[in-house]
Amino acid sequence: MEIIVCIKQVPEAGDIGWDPDTGTLLREGASGVVNRHDKHAIEAALQLREAHGGTITALSMGPPQADEALREALSMGVDKAVLLSDRRCAGADTLATSYALSLAVKKIGRFDIILCGKETSDGMTAQVGPQLAEFLNTPQVTCATEISIRGHSVRITQKLEGGLRILETRFPALITVERQINQPRIPPMDSIMEAYRDREVQAWSLEDLGERGDHFGLKGSPTKTKRVYTKEVTRGMVTILQGEPDEVARDLIRALQQKGLC
Amino acid sequence: MMASSNTMARCGDIWVFIEHRDGNPARVSLELLGAGRRLADAINVDITAILIGESVSELAKELIYWGADTVIVADDPIAGAYSTEVYTRIIADQALKRMPEVLLIGATEIGRDLAPRIAARLNTGCTADCTELDIDEETGVLVATKPYFGRNLMADIICPLKRPQMVTVRPGVMELKDRYSDRRGELIYVDVDLREEDTRITVIDSIPSSYGGVPLEEADKVVCAGIGVGNREGFELIRELAELLGAQLGATSLPVDEEWISEDHKIGQTGKTIRPKLYIGCGVSGAIQHSAGMINSELVVAINNDPRAEIFQFADYGIIGDVNEIVPALIRQLKIAREAVGSDAAI
Repeated sequence: MEIIVCIKQVPEAGDIGWDPDTGTLLREGASGVVNRHDKHAIEAALQLREAHGGTITALSMGPPQADEALREALSMGVDKAVLLSDRRCAGADTLATSYALSLAVKKIGRFDIILCGKETSDGMTAQVGPQLAEFLNTPQVTCATEISIRGHSVRITQKLEGGLRILETRFPALITVERQINQPRIPPMDSIMEAYRDREVQAWSLEDLGERGDHFGLKGSPTKTKRVYTKEVTRGMVTILQGEPDEVARDLIRALQQKGLC
Repeated sequence: MMASSNTMARCGDIWVFIEHRDGNPARVSLELLGAGRRLADAINVDITAILIGESVSELAKELIYWGADTVIVADDPIAGAYSTEVYTRIIADQALKRMPEVLLIGATEIGRDLAPRIAARLNTGCTADCTELDIDEETGVLVATKPYFGRNLMADIICPLKRPQMVTVRPGVMELKDRYSDRRGELIYVDVDLREEDTRITVIDSIPSSYGGVPLEEADKVVCAGIGVGNREGFELIRELAELLGAQLGATSLPVDEEWISEDHKIGQTGKTIRPKLYIGCGVSGAIQHSAGMINSELVVAINNDPRAEIFQFADYGIIGDVNEIVPALIRQLKIAREAVGSDAAI
């Protein structure tokens, strides 16, 4: 079974700036980690390989430093790692990102399953998985909490707001996973050392994908950030209730009763 | 190659995708019919609802009462259960034929599954999880506002050249407008024309959620537990308070991460957006990750032992103290107040 896992390096919370001219996030200089949902996608891939054999390729698009995220995937146990890194990809929205990723997937070659995290912790759009599936013309199942494989068909438990659905499809398919699907393994120190010392992360540019068009990055993105601004959350003055716990409790209940809320 | 360029001539309708279950529309779809009116008026177009399902003609009429001028109805057994590929085919085909200016979709799990796929097929932009919508007076372009990455940042996103301008909108952020049963509109029934590749996924089974009660987005009262509750015992006290008040129980990230309560109860940027009449935050600091999901609450009560906690910046009533002392006191005093009312009634 050929599995591709798409991962993204995201800034650690609170460690991010933005470019006031383009309105895009500035990722360079920020310390990066593997997006949390994506670790669950890696783990799901590892478990499928353990049960059914095959190879796993981790794929990421990002600045050169996203190499670290792929090293982390290697240390967890994926077989190959590919980083698509090109200045022309900078500032991509989800459409331009998915399109670039779809070209990289085609260069990787045949696949049975593509796994992605449900969403990233920075953009939080949950759009790249479905859009990648569209560009590859494969069926998609988002919000997976269980994946099982029988022959060439895959059965997925999908968590939607109405409850759960059990879906079945045949290879190839793209699946995005919920965090509850598994507990990602923590690689032992020697695997981490090995991932940095002995393993290879293939670095591809758009040139390597044979692409010269302008479907990439900021240029290839239909959405533009018009403005980024801070919004002060302000309302009227707060009334602080003071006294012993039981006193303030009584005061609050009285206030709520007067407003018909209690 | 990407799909052919679709820079469309102005100006089509505002479309709203109608999500429904067993003939009952999702509240967010009705919210969007209401929110769409202001946008439609600003660019002088109509509102079209797009409804897909099996035996949905009653619902189609209902959508007129909620504000649709036109309803495009795809009524077919094959579209009875939600399917990404079937729904994408129908909506994308109709959009190519009728050229809407804007397509609004609720940012539910289904909406977030469907919208990006349609956007990719139509080669247009889709802004996820918006909380405000406006029309730029000068250009007539839709300005979609969304909270941006963690801190108190907001971003205005536009899609100036491609059509339709797609956005998903969080449930609960737009006000539900009134229903008028004397409104008139047009129903357009369309054929469902699928290709083989649209039915690659089979639904084997559907298991309804065990989560009972009023959905958080629709609750009048919400009691919310934050990091300050400390441990599972503290959390159970918050649950007791919620039950006594007849409120729904919400949580910030920590109680969900600790698995004291399921993800369905999470409020904030990565959870639900609520607008109750009463919100009581217990040990909630009020960081934007959470407050983005509750800032439209009518009355906010904050209980926190840190007087500098952000939540006091926007609370109406504040109690500075330990949640594990204040909440038991509230439970005690509520019980006393209830008994007093009970004995009054007996007299």
